[in-house]
Amino acid sequence: MEAIYAFCVGILTTCGFFLVLRGRTFTVVIGLTLLSYAVNLFLFASGRLKLDGAAVLGQSAEYSDPLPQALVLTAIVIGFAMTAFVVILAMRSRADQGNDHVDGHIPVKTTKSRISEKRHS
Amino acid sequence: MQHLPILPILLPMLAAVFMLLPPLSNSITRHRFFAVSVMIILVIVSATLLLTSHQQGTQMYVLGGWQPPFGIALVADRLSTMMVLLTSLLALGAQLYACAGDDHDGMYFHPLFMFLVMGVNGAFLTGDIFNLFVFFEVLLIASYALLIHGGGKQKTKATVHYVILNLVGSSIFLFALGILYGTIGSLNMEDMANKVRLLGEHEQALAKTGGLLLLVVFGLKAALLPLHFWLPKTYAAASAPVAALFAIMTKVGVYSILRVHTTIFGEDAGALASIIIPWLWPLALITLTMGAIGVLASPSLRLTAANLVIVSVGTLMLAIAMQREAATSAALYYMIHSTLATGALFLIADLISKQRGKAEDRYVTARKMNQGKVIGIAFFIAALTVVGMPPLSGFVGKILILQAAQGMAEIVWVWPVILLAGLACLVAISRAGTTLFWRSAGESTNYIPISRLKLAAIALLLSASPLLVMFGGPVTTYTSLAAAQLHDNKAQSAYTILPKGDK
Repeated sequence: MEAIYAFCVGILTTCGFFLVLRGRTFTVVIGLTLLSYAVNLFLFASGRLKLDGAAVLGQSAEYSDPLPQALVLTAIVIGFAMTAFVVILAMRSRADQGNDHVDGHIPVKTTKSRISEKRHS
Repeated sequence: MQHLPILPILLPMLAAVFMLLPPLSNSITRHRFFAVSVMIILVIVSATLLLTSHQQGTQMYVLGGWQPPFGIALVADRLSTMMVLLTSLLALGAQLYACAGDDHDGMYFHPLFMFLVMGVNGAFLTGDIFNLFVFFEVLLIASYALLIHGGGKQKTKATVHYVILNLVGSSIFLFALGILYGTIGSLNMEDMANKVRLLGEHEQALAKTGGLLLLVVFGLKAALLPLHFWLPKTYAAASAPVAALFAIMTKVGVYSILRVHTTIFGEDAGALASIIIPWLWPLALITLTMGAIGVLASPSLRLTAANLVIVSVGTLMLAIAMQREAATSAALYYMIHSTLATGALFLIADLISKQRGKAEDRYVTARKMNQGKVIGIAFFIAALTVVGMPPLSGFVGKILILQAAQGMAEIVWVWPVILLAGLACLVAISRAGTTLFWRSAGESTNYIPISRLKLAAIALLLSASPLLVMFGGPVTTYTSLAAAQLHDNKAQSAYTILPKGDK
């Protein structure tokens, strides 16, 4: 279980960071969402992974750490609010600038990229 | 007053909520009146809190009676109360300025402003590293909205960058918290400081990663060098009162580095003691250098002021990297001075740009300013202060930092870099002054007089500089006591006044 869990968090983070580094706001927003998922899973695991552990003390002999769950809950709420904000901001930016590039303008193509484009087409 | 420590958080929050409700929500005059009176009350409350914690020792507020390390605690020691008072003063100045008209560009300026103050105060007062994150988010979301307040292409562009960077920063913050909680097993700062010494060898590496990730996050907020690119554009795009208030936001990052890396990863942390220092030295030096180059290269006064913020961050980081009580004390003095001075400079830049028509605050020949004398005097005082020329507080702050470096091997680096950066700032600011005030062609066309409120706001912020010199004795005594309290976290810990639980 631990290996799969760690693998999932790693993949999510990597994809998140890759998408955040892209040029368009849409991919960046998706990247931020993936990152926040990864963060939530990671926080959840920080209290150690445990099967059949009740979160409430005294309910069972084995209990799981309740604090990370409280942290994840807070982080999820904040993450949702921020994602909502960034989506609206991206739309506003699209309307103001006339394109959805993060820098506000589509970068001028260099000769090198033009050549490679020609080769592909 | 048992509930005093929570008031600096509660008061702005409730004020913001009230301003969104009917009797206040539909009139800007009522908003202004209410907001300014709340802010004056907040200044009084912060001053009382500072006096209380100074005289009676650290105040601790345990929310809901849940004892730490599990409950949420607010800790009002000398350092945090000082920062809270600084925030309130700066916010009062910025708000007075905004009341002269800038708050009418968009909706809900004052409630957002209050939420920002609440977040900043909360970040200073919390004794819990997760709540630090929560208050960071509160102040950030308010700052996003304030930054775009008034709208326009430039602001949207700057906000997109700022928001995305900070969201990534928040994710890294949470990763760091997860790592630290997983290894140390607590998120309460005092508790972490106690437990960090007992870590096993495998966990030390992880905890070190967590601690360094925290440096990345706080470095992003503080605009430490490789992470400072967002700052000049953001601050230059924001409206003047917002930019002035943002002067405290970089200081939140500086404060967090100081707090986390002195309390938790301080000298007593065993194998993890001072993990950031090898990183902080070069970063601080490069930040200072690049800030100075930025000041020289800025084409407008607002960008100059933004780069001066970077210079002040670099200076502060150098003082923190020295890891001495004297240096920390000097840093705190410099922090008060630089926050208020750069705040005032942003406001003055706005006055100048409003008076010069199309040229705004760019360094080009333009029409004469209508009220050049008043603005000139204000600019002169602000310039002397931020550059660090003799009679005013910038000079005292720098001297204190330079003195603190005496007897260290790093003095070879610290002295020349600080002094040369000061020279660069002096050159840049005098060039700015001569261009803005003397290289003018033609008569003024702008006959709108400056509102008295704006001048009062600037006078309020600027008066801090001579006052800091006049009352230099008491202020430095206070900052050195605060520094002593920060470095000596066992003897004066707030948690010694609590009933001992099973640890």
